[in-house]
Formats: sequence, C-alpha cells, structure tokens
Amino acid sequence: MNSALYLLENPLIRGLAGALIVVGMISVSVLILIWAERKIIARLQHRYGPNRAGKFGILQTIADGLKLFLKEDITPAGVDRITYSLAPVLCFALAMIPFIAIPVGRNYIVADLNAGILFILAVASLSVIPVMMAGWSANNKYNLLGGLRGAALMISYEIPAGLAIIGILVQSGSLRLADIVEAQRDGWFILPQFLGFAAFLISAFMESARPPFDLLEAESEIVQGWTTEYGGVKFALLMFGEYTHSVLSAMLIAILYLGGWLGPFDSSLWLIIKALLVMIFLMWVRASVARIRIDQMLNFGWKVLIPIALLNIVIAGIVRLHYY
Amino acid sequence: MISDMDSVLLNLGPQHPSTHGVLRLIVELEGERVVRVEPVIGYLHRGFEKIAENRNYIQIIPLTDKLDYIASMANNMAYVKAVEELMGIEVPLRAEYIRVMVLELQRIASHLLALGSIGNDLGMPFTLMMYTFREREKILDMFEMLTGARLGYNYMRIGGVSDDLPLGFTDYVRTFLEELEVRMEDYERLVYDNEIFIARTEGIGVLSPDKAINLGATGPVLRGSGVRRDVRKDEPYSIYHELDWKIITGKRGDCLSRVSVWIEEMKMSAEIVEQLLDSIPAGSIRAKVPKVIRPKEGEVYSRIESPRGELGVHLVSDGSARPYRLKIRSPAFCNLSILPHISKDVLLADLIVIIGSLDPVFGEVDR
Repeated sequence: MNSALYLLENPLIRGLAGALIVVGMISVSVLILIWAERKIIARLQHRYGPNRAGKFGILQTIADGLKLFLKEDITPAGVDRITYSLAPVLCFALAMIPFIAIPVGRNYIVADLNAGILFILAVASLSVIPVMMAGWSANNKYNLLGGLRGAALMISYEIPAGLAIIGILVQSGSLRLADIVEAQRDGWFILPQFLGFAAFLISAFMESARPPFDLLEAESEIVQGWTTEYGGVKFALLMFGEYTHSVLSAMLIAILYLGGWLGPFDSSLWLIIKALLVMIFLMWVRASVARIRIDQMLNFGWKVLIPIALLNIVIAGIVRLHYY
Repeated sequence: MISDMDSVLLNLGPQHPSTHGVLRLIVELEGERVVRVEPVIGYLHRGFEKIAENRNYIQIIPLTDKLDYIASMANNMAYVKAVEELMGIEVPLRAEYIRVMVLELQRIASHLLALGSIGNDLGMPFTLMMYTFREREKILDMFEMLTGARLGYNYMRIGGVSDDLPLGFTDYVRTFLEELEVRMEDYERLVYDNEIFIARTEGIGVLSPDKAINLGATGPVLRGSGVRRDVRKDEPYSIYHELDWKIITGKRGDCLSRVSVWIEEMKMSAEIVEQLLDSIPAGSIRAKVPKVIRPKEGEVYSRIESPRGELGVHLVSDGSARPYRLKIRSPAFCNLSILPHISKDVLLADLIVIIGSLDPVFGEVDR
C-alpha cells in the first residue's frame, strides 16, 4: 500500500487533512463569493463594481484581504482583552466546523455523521456566542446593542429552522445528509414542503445575519454594531465567519430542499450550482429591500415562521403516509 | 416596568448623508426604545448672515449657494427676490421662465437625493440611492450646461439670471423628463411595492397637522401631515400664478406620507417644467440694474418655497451699498427642531428614518 494512503488510516492525520481541505475550499469559495456579490449588487444598482484589480476585478477580494492583514491591530482602551480577542477566532472556527459534516457529493464528506443535520444545527447555533462576546467585551455601546440584537435574532430563528427540518426528517426518515439527498430521487423536497422551505430559507439567512436581517450590523443605525471596534485581521475574521455562515446556509438549502447533487447525472457540480443560485437570490434580495426592524423581526419569527414550520410538519406527515 | 430600568445615553453620530459630521443626537435609550432625543447642532460655524453685512449686494449671491448646497438655486432665488422686492425691480418675462424652470429642476434634484438617502437610512444597500443619483446627475449636467458648475451654481442675478439657456438645453430637458417618467415607476416600485419599506415607514414619526403648524414645519414635512400650504400658491411669486399645478399633500403625517409627498412633488415639478418648455418667451434675461446696488432705506421679508419648505429672507437696508442686516429663515432648521417631538417612544432604527424623512441639510440648519 502507498505510504501516503497508509498515513490516512490514522484518524488524527485524517482529521487534520480533512480540516485543511474544508478550510481551504471554504476560504476560496468565500473569496469568490465576496467578489461575486460586489459585482452582482453593482449590476443591480447600475454600477460597475470592482474592475481595477486584475481582470474583472477578480483580485479585488485578495487585495482587500491583504489590506486588512497589513493594518495595525488596534485594541481600544477598556476592552475585556481576552474575550475581545477570542471572539473573532471563535466566530471563524464555529463557522468552519459544520462543513465537516456537509457532503459535497455522495462520497465527498469529511465526517459522515449519522446525525449530520443535528450536528450542523447544533454547531451553527453556537455562533451566537462570539457575537455576544464581541458585543459585550468591546466597551462600546454600539457593539453592545449589536450583540444583544444578535442574541435575540439568532435564538428566535433557531426554532423555526429546527422545526422546518423536522418535516425533512419525517419524509426522508434519516438524519444523515447523504440519505436525505438520496431520498429526493423521486422529487425534491421543495415541492411537498414548500412552506418548510420558505421557513428554513428565511431563518437560515436570518441566522447568517444577511440583509434584510443584518440588524446586528445595521450600519445606518448602530454603525456596524457588534463589529464596530474591530479592525484589521480581527475584522477580517468576523466578516469571513459571517460569509461562511451564508455559504453554509446556501449549501444546506441545496441539500435539504433542492436535491443536493442529484441531477441529470449525479455530480457535486449540481450542488454547487444550486447553492450558488440560492446565494444569487439572496444578493438580489439584499439589493432590493430595506432592513427589517427588531420588533418586526421577532414578531415575524415567533408569530409567522413557527406556525408555518409547524404546519409544514403536518403536511410532511400526510405526504409521508399517503405517497411513500 | 420599563421605567425601572436604567437608561443608556448614546451619542448618535451623523447617520444621514446630508448631516455629514455635524448632527449629533444625544439619545436616551431604554433597551432599544428612545426616551428622549436632543439634537446638538452648531459645528459648521459659517456665519453667513454676519459676513453678508460686510459685502455689497451682488457679492452676497455666491454665499447663498452654500446655504443649502442641495438646492443652491432656490437659495439664490430667495435672496435676489428679496433685493428685487426691496428695490422694486421688474424682472423680464424670459428670465422668470428660466428661473422657475431651474427652480423646479432643482426641486426634483433635491427630492431625488432625499428619497435616495432614506433608502440608505432604511438599510437598503445603496440601491435606491444609486437609482436616484443617476437621474440627479442628469439635472446636474443641465446646471453645468447653464452655469459651468455642478454644485454652488451662482446663477440668479438681481434682475434676472446670469446667462441665457445654451443651445440644445430645452431638448436635453425634454428627453430627461421623458426618462424621468419611466424611472419614477422604478422608484415607486422600490418604495410602495416593498413590504419592508412600508412596514418601516408607515405610522412612524407621526406629526399631526396641528402640531406641524404649531412647531413651524413647512414644505413636504408640513404637507405630509395634510396641510395645504405652499408659498408658490399662497403668495405666488415669479410666474407660478400663471401655471397649472396642484399642491401635493399626504394624509397620515408619518414618514411614508413625507416620502410620497416627495415622489408626487417630483412628478408635479416635471409637469411644471414641461409647461414652461413649450412657452419660453424671447427677450432679455436681465433687467437694467445699476452697477452698484443701493436700495432705499427700508426692510423686506420675502419668501419662496424651497424644496425643503418656506425659505425666507429678511433684508434690512440703511441706504448704503451693503445690507444693514440679513436674516434667513431656513426650512431645514425649523423642520429639524420637530425631531424631539415626534421621536418619543420610537425604536432606535425608527429614529434614523425620522431624521431622513425630515430631509435636513446642514448648511441650512447651522448657518
């Protein structure tokens, strides 16, 4: 046996290799997405978007990253140093961890967990912690308001997201993501579970705090909220973590409702295309609607999304009983 | 319950684009609820009214450009109109047509900016602003054709305007108006068909008609509350009385009402310009006025309807070549002073929208 492959038998080495692959691939895709978002939103707004650094401004994000890395690392006076510095790291790490359980193709998965979706939801919901840490420790009222908003927002959207997924579980009978995708061979879950799809789409993107739900940043109100006091690499990590969150949401939507890698021929390409379409849809939404207010957002989550998600479970049960 | 909680004092910096650096709000917050707001103004330190006392009458015109830099033409007009009234100068008809055309174009430009920036305040990432700026640029192009400047035009003169319309100007305006009609539908879709935009502005910052009058509101802020007041109709100046147009009013007095007043007023202004384009008379563009202007001893209060409301100029002459006293009643200042009265018990996010809907411009607020 090849010695390199023999090394992979070691769980520690395998884990490390997997982690490297996940971090590398996600970093690249996030870089591309940041660039794409700027271009797409620019197009929606009749602007050019980045067009100087490299062909089509393709190097723009790299230039931005470089700039952020070279910036002086400033820690304001009076912050709670440990918490303040730990928040960006935690934010980045927590955004990356769920990806180990995401199957990019039938066999392309770092850790094929039996309860994959549960694991992802559990880790994703932890991301409220760095937001609160950043908000509380930075000794700035804008940060604090952003952090508190973040806590309210994320906690109230865990619930509809979790409830929406129950419908999927009822229909597919498994918590394993690969099984969920395979269960969609006869039809994507978006059709029987459109309500669940809507609820999950909205809550997933509320969790990743993208406009119109970017209340914790809200540049026109609370001056970037929880990230106000962060600069340089720390800011880069926070933003990176947040973007990774939206990539995760898009991937999850593609896997849970849009048939994952299923297509004319099974390929990871389909999954990526579907996730990209979801992302583009979100960029479009971002460019066209205003930011929702905190009370409206909470009302919407508790009074609209939760009932919809519950109704979806009933529908999923009926579909399961009669058609499978 | 809430009153038992400790409140937080927050210094809210400049949020709205035209409050750039000089509007500080001391906000008392209970959670996210605003208990008290106190606008702190007075950082521009320009002292126009005092400087005017050391300049002769013609030299003051360029100062007025900078008062409200988003509607320089209106400020030009308010000042020259005051001098003309003081001296009893008859302005040639062609000049009046050009003036009204320019003023209405300026109103469209100003409202476009206001509309675009409220999109920003609402957290719509620049989309509405980019759209409205696209049209505003066209108007700035026109003004550049007229005056060579894109900001601070210095176009009005005592007794007329500085230059005649350049070749092709009216055609340019015509094409623009056609385009604007189509673009207007875009804006309306972005505003009225936008669930979140409506939810964020409807019923927010309600100003009752009585309160609006008592607090000295003018312009779209007053008309948004349903009060039918417009200097152009109530005290017609220039050739407004010859034109066919209506005063636009809102119903509810909330932020959405004020936004809709902007949108409807832009349409009305476009109509006015269209009427003018068809009938600009030939003739001179400036009355014969003395080289050095020395009004007789006396005083005048003259007002116009600027995009933001009643813009009044109180001019006192002691018979010399310099005004004895110049006092400006600027609409943005009076409108901004309403802020503490309509932002009690709103949420922090609403406060930003309310500021935007009052459309403040700091050159005017802090003279």
